[in-house]
Amino acid sequence: MSGITRRQAIGAASAVAGAAVVGVGAAQGPAVAAGHGAEPGSFDEVYLGRRIQGGPATGHGGHHADHGGGYSVRIDGDELHIMRNADGTWISVINHYDPQATPRALARAAVDDLQGAALVPLAPATR
Amino acid sequence: MTVRKNQAQLTADEKRRFVNALLALKRDGRYDSFVSTHNDFIMSDRDDSDRVGHRSPSFLPWHRRFLIQFEQALQSVDASVALPYWDWTTDRTPAASLWAPDFLGGTGRPRDGQVTDGAFASAGNGWRINVRVDGRDFLRRSLGSSGLQLPTKAEVDSVLAMPVYDAPPWNSASDGFRNHLEGWRGVNLHNRVHVWVGGHMATGASPNDPVFWLHHAYVDKLWTQWQSRHPNAPYLPAAGTRDVVDLHDTMRPWGNVTPAEMLDHTRYYTYDVAA
Repeated sequence: MSGITRRQAIGAASAVAGAAVVGVGAAQGPAVAAGHGAEPGSFDEVYLGRRIQGGPATGHGGHHADHGGGYSVRIDGDELHIMRNADGTWISVINHYDPQATPRALARAAVDDLQGAALVPLAPATR
Repeated sequence: MTVRKNQAQLTADEKRRFVNALLALKRDGRYDSFVSTHNDFIMSDRDDSDRVGHRSPSFLPWHRRFLIQFEQALQSVDASVALPYWDWTTDRTPAASLWAPDFLGGTGRPRDGQVTDGAFASAGNGWRINVRVDGRDFLRRSLGSSGLQLPTKAEVDSVLAMPVYDAPPWNSASDGFRNHLEGWRGVNLHNRVHVWVGGHMATGASPNDPVFWLHHAYVDKLWTQWQSRHPNAPYLPAAGTRDVVDLHDTMRPWGNVTPAEMLDHTRYYTYDVAA
């Protein structure tokens, strides 16, 4: 994942129907431009009445074996399965086809979709 | 021989048989095993490590094999059934017959996204969402509420014109036909349709919505159309690529099928119109 590739991807996304590619996350700040190298900061806030937290995964309580991610997001204490794309954007199991610019935008999008429902831990079945 | 038809052309009897076969697979548990398999892959396929079902060259042959397996399961219930495809460049509003109560049912109600008509409404026929990422056990949709428009024919044509199948780094950052069709880059075709439907289709457990199969049957048809336009363009990569399924590598979860064996769909099905 070279910087050239990343810039090309970002250029394509912003040049053509960028809103469809990066979604509402584009308004959330510079995470896309910062690229894959920079770890996003931690956050902890109440959004639409629910506590959303994000930060470096500390290895307790999560189920990271399935994706090896180094960052974790929680909604009311339950882990949201997330993944970072090569261009630095993020997706979750709730919004899997709609990359967001930051983990905070991803957490907020998940809360929007959940409409108050609780997350259910969903570890991949053994194959 | 299985003939896949445009969903808009199905007769009332064909719709009824398709819906009944879906409900039968749901009742006997086989349907949910397909949802689980898809979600397993979508959670484990990563840009920087092993990737098979998504964000990789094998996105197309993997889903072709997945749909063939699902179609065979439907045919074990009713041998007359074939997977229809949804041309979302043409049938592009919630008023399309696809979403009528005699077929897939319509969008979800505003309050909670719950689909309330058709055979897959939670109230009827036992379409309970068992493989799920949150506590809700009813099918949800929000057709078009994201504000997105479905892809146009011109956008599809711009992607079909791309001469190279896929390119390094063979993931969501790639140039080439596969990634533009998948939608991580450029005008965004496949991914955007998932988002447009909303509800379960926007999640990793997207096969919970039966429209998943009609969407992917059309994505699969677009692969065939691309092959027709570029008859000398091969599947890539050919060999020796780390974390990626090369032409003659076997694909999980089956372990006995390669992309090379998925290139010619006519071994399994044909279309109602020339692809």
